[in-house]
Amino acid sequence: MSDTAAARLGPAVVSVTTRDARAVSSVSVFMALLRRDMVVARRELISFLVRTALQPLLGVMVFGFLLPHMGFAARGYTATLLPGILAISLAFASLQAVAFPMMADFGYTKEIEDRLLAPVPIGLIAFEKVISGIIQGLIVVAFVLPVARLIMGPIAGLSLQNLGGMVGVALLGAAAFASLGLWLGTAIPPQQIGLMFAVILAPMIFFGCAYYPWAGLRTVPVMQIAVLINPLVYLAEGMRGALTPKLPHMPLAVTCSMLVAMAVLLWWAGLKSFIKRAMS
Amino acid sequence: MTLTETEARPASRASSEPAIRTRALRKVYPLPGVKRGKPARPTPGSAPAPSTAPAPPTEVVALQGLDLEIAQGEFFGLLGPNGAGKTTTIGILTTRVRPTDGQAFVSGCDVVKDSVAVRRRIGVMPQRPNPDRQLSVRENLVFHACYFGVPAAVANARATELLGTFEIADRAASKVEQLSGGQQQRLMIARALIHDPEVMFLDEPTVGLDPLARHALWSTLRRIHSEGRTIVMTTHYMEEADQLCERVAIVDRGRLLALDTPANLKAQAPGGTLIELTLDGDATGACDLARALPGILRCESQQAVLRAFAERGGESIAGLIRAAENAGRSVRDVHFAPPSLETLFISMTGRRLE
Repeated sequence: MSDTAAARLGPAVVSVTTRDARAVSSVSVFMALLRRDMVVARRELISFLVRTALQPLLGVMVFGFLLPHMGFAARGYTATLLPGILAISLAFASLQAVAFPMMADFGYTKEIEDRLLAPVPIGLIAFEKVISGIIQGLIVVAFVLPVARLIMGPIAGLSLQNLGGMVGVALLGAAAFASLGLWLGTAIPPQQIGLMFAVILAPMIFFGCAYYPWAGLRTVPVMQIAVLINPLVYLAEGMRGALTPKLPHMPLAVTCSMLVAMAVLLWWAGLKSFIKRAMS
Repeated sequence: MTLTETEARPASRASSEPAIRTRALRKVYPLPGVKRGKPARPTPGSAPAPSTAPAPPTEVVALQGLDLEIAQGEFFGLLGPNGAGKTTTIGILTTRVRPTDGQAFVSGCDVVKDSVAVRRRIGVMPQRPNPDRQLSVRENLVFHACYFGVPAAVANARATELLGTFEIADRAASKVEQLSGGQQQRLMIARALIHDPEVMFLDEPTVGLDPLARHALWSTLRRIHSEGRTIVMTTHYMEEADQLCERVAIVDRGRLLALDTPANLKAQAPGGTLIELTLDGDATGACDLARALPGILRCESQQAVLRAFAERGGESIAGLIRAAENAGRSVRDVHFAPPSLETLFISMTGRRLE
């Protein structure tokens, strides 16, 4: 800007309206933060879907279409697989929707600082991120469910009667995994993101009872107990309880209670880690 | 609408509360990777470490007991070299850094206990531009205003106005990484202003700008200040503090060394022009010879650097160089400085600012 430009700025650099400096509602700030995330998410929708839904859908292609067609998997396997695939999609969409932006925002550029200056308690900014992660997770599930059904063909035992139950389980699961994303995104240095996938996320997928029901693990009792630490188990079993109620699954009350407990625990850990990064 | 002092900020103007007040403010950062309270034990069999050996530092003291009071509407400068504690001070005042000890208030609100109220009143321009790279230039402004509860329609109108004011209107729809350094700097000031803060914090606002852009930014800052806003600026440019600030605090290593108007501070500077000679070796001998020279008010040496305050700088230089040569040294570099904040800083700390 030239000096002459500065000189013709007029009497005030910005028009100032009289307002009460004390009146800022947390709700309106929260909505503004959420709107920002939704604007960004809409712009990146295609790449986000590819990032989060492509891998589960490839799993659907192989395990839900090719293997049954080749006769390597029973036709009925798709009913066990579909809820598991939905659980994986939801979990990793919610997790990534929070963890990746956190890593970038707290990285070298410290872009999140403009939001940390907002006149609301810092925890609300973390909470908004989790809500935004939940919304993005649900969007991915809404995309994966019909596509997976299309690839697998008719699924014996699939019932959409308990859609409310499915949405409830999905909400709780998304909350748990978005909170996990908050934790991992603020606690893990960006250069170790590859390690995070190899050491945390890959075992979580394979031992998450997504490709097999938890009841099936009774043949390996140690495993059946060990996997109970994995939140994906409850999400997958909860999805089974809602979508394929006639097939073996954990009771919905158990899966929902465990998802609530895990969401609370992971939110607490995520919030603590977020505040540690936000304040020095 | 033109801002007048009486109608713009009745709440802040009515109170006699200073814009900023800090009391015995202290900040200690633990060094990463060093555990406190666990000094390394000598391994069995090895000789005990001599007691005179300094313990390895486990923490960095960034601020040691800072007391400041900045009046409403003041243009205040924090001047000091890198590592002086300027950014930590701004960090505490903008609620991003927790003080280890002491208190700090912005418009009477405690930065720790009432951080939300503090954030409502402040605008911050960071040391390094940190725009939201996911958003366009205009969205950066509009969303930032909305984070402060400004209604969207008002935010949009203000964004349009500020984009024009800061001459980035033609880049409104661009991604922020397409802006030049100077344009990003202007976007950061516009963002700090869009929610109409009472107090503006600017952390090294002109670092990395060319002289033309720097002078333009100065004009803008003067104008923002003339609207009645309090401005707290850190800088390590003497000229900048001298040109803009009504009062300047000189800080070094976390301590306040001096606090006054630039004019009064300059009056405290040692008389005469500072002539600083860098020699090819220890300057003690040359310093002893230089003291005897006519027109030299004061002379001191610090390793290879000889500092002399002379009544008339130009006339003394030849004598000083001769004194250095007579002491068996040759001169590598010469630096002149008329009485200024810079000579005051050097006489206080024995170091140059830049």
